[in-house]
Amino acid sequence: MSFFSNLLGGKSNSSAKVAKDRLTLVISHDRTDISPQLLENLRKEMIAVLTKYMEIDESNIDIGLDSNDRETSLVANIPVVRIKRGQPNR
Amino acid sequence: MSARVIVITSGKGGVGKTTSTANISVALAKRGKKVVAVDGDIGLRNLDMVMGLENRIVYNYIDVIENNCKLPQALVQDKRLKGYLSLLPAAQTRTKDAVTPEQMIELCDKLRPEFDFVILDCPAGIEGGFRNAAAGADEALVITTPEIPAVRDADRIIGMLESMGKSPIRLIINRFRPIMVQNNDMLSQDDVLDILSVDLIGVVPEDDGVIRASNSGEPLTFEQSTPAGEAYANIAARILGENVPMLQFDANSQSFLSGFKKMFGF
Ligand SMILES: Nc1ncnc2c1ncn2[C@@H]1O[C@H](COP(=O)(O)OP(=O)(O)O)[C@@H](O)[C@H]1O
Ligand SMILES: [Mg+2]
Repeated sequence: MSFFSNLLGGKSNSSAKVAKDRLTLVISHDRTDISPQLLENLRKEMIAVLTKYMEIDESNIDIGLDSNDRETSLVANIPVVRIKRGQPNR
Repeated sequence: MSARVIVITSGKGGVGKTTSTANISVALAKRGKKVVAVDGDIGLRNLDMVMGLENRIVYNYIDVIENNCKLPQALVQDKRLKGYLSLLPAAQTRTKDAVTPEQMIELCDKLRPEFDFVILDCPAGIEGGFRNAAAGADEALVITTPEIPAVRDADRIIGMLESMGKSPIRLIINRFRPIMVQNNDMLSQDDVLDILSVDLIGVVPEDDGVIRASNSGEPLTFEQSTPAGEAYANIAARILGENVPMLQFDANSQSFLSGFKKMFGF
C-alpha cells in the first residue's frame, strides 16, 4: 500500500480491504476442508518415508495446503541435511 | 432448435436470482430469441409475480411430470412478447421433493427443441432444490452481492457446479453500489473476482427501479431505461456472445468524476 493511497483513501485498513482479507482466508479453508489432525498424520508419515532416504531437519518442516485459482496444492518445504547412500534401511 | 439451458443460482438467498431470471429472459426475448423461464423454486414460487404472469397460470410442470396435462398447456405465453417469451410455473402447494433430478433433466430435454433458451430460476442453497433445478442445465450464472456471506456461499456453489460439469459458469455481481466502493466500504468488482476466480458476465447496480418493477410485474428490461435494466440488457448481449465492453469500476481510483461517470456506465 503506497503512501499516497493511504493518504487519500486509507485503503489499507478500509472496510472493503478487511472484508477481502477475511474472505480470502475463510474461502481458502472452505476449499480445502482438511482437518488439522489429517494434516498432522500426513506429516508424520511423510517424515517416516523421507527419513529412509535422507536426513531431514524435522524441526523446520513446513507442510500445508495452498489454494489459488480454484486449485489446491500440497506445499511442503522440507530442509534436507544429508542424502543417505545405498539402500534405505528398513 | 436446441436450446441452451442456463441455471441461475446463488449460495445465499435473496441476492437476486429471480430478478435476474426475469430480466435476462425478457432481454433475450426482446432480442428475438425464443425463451422459456422456468421457476425452479417449488413451493416458494415468485417468478410468476416478478414477471407479472401470476393470473394466467393454469397448470405447472409438476402437472406435466405427473401427466395431468401436456407441456404446452402448462406454458404461460407472455403477451407483451408474444411468441418469444413463456413462463413454465412451479407448483406453489408442493415441496422440493415433488420432482427428481432425472425428471428435471427429462423436462429440460422436452423444452430444448422448442426454444433457444431455457432459463432456470433456482432456489437458494446447496440442497435438493438446487440439485433438481441445476440437473438439466448446461451452463450456470451465479449471482452474488459484494458482501461477505454472499461471496463465501457463491464459492461453495461454484465448486459444486464445477463438479456437476456445468460450463461455462459465470458470475453476476448484483446490488453493486459505486459510491460505497469509491469510499472503500464495499468490495469492488476486482476484489470479488480475485477471491472467486471465475468469469464475470456483468455487474448490476443497486437500483430502486428493481423494486418498482416487481411491484408492477414488469421486469426492467422491457424498458431498459434504468441502470439495472441496462446492465441486464448487456448481460443478455454477452450471453449471445456479443462483446459488450465491461466498464471497470476501479476502487483505487481517487477521481470522483471517473467514479461518477462509471456509475452510469454499466
Ligand atoms: N439490483 C437491485 N437493486 C435493488 N433491489 C434489488 C436488486 N436486485 C434484487 N433486489 C431486491 O432484492 C430482493 C431479493 O431479490 P430476488 O430476486 O427475489 O432474490 P432471490 O431470488 O435470489 O431470492 C427483492 O426484494 C428484490 O427486489
Ligand atoms: Mg427467488
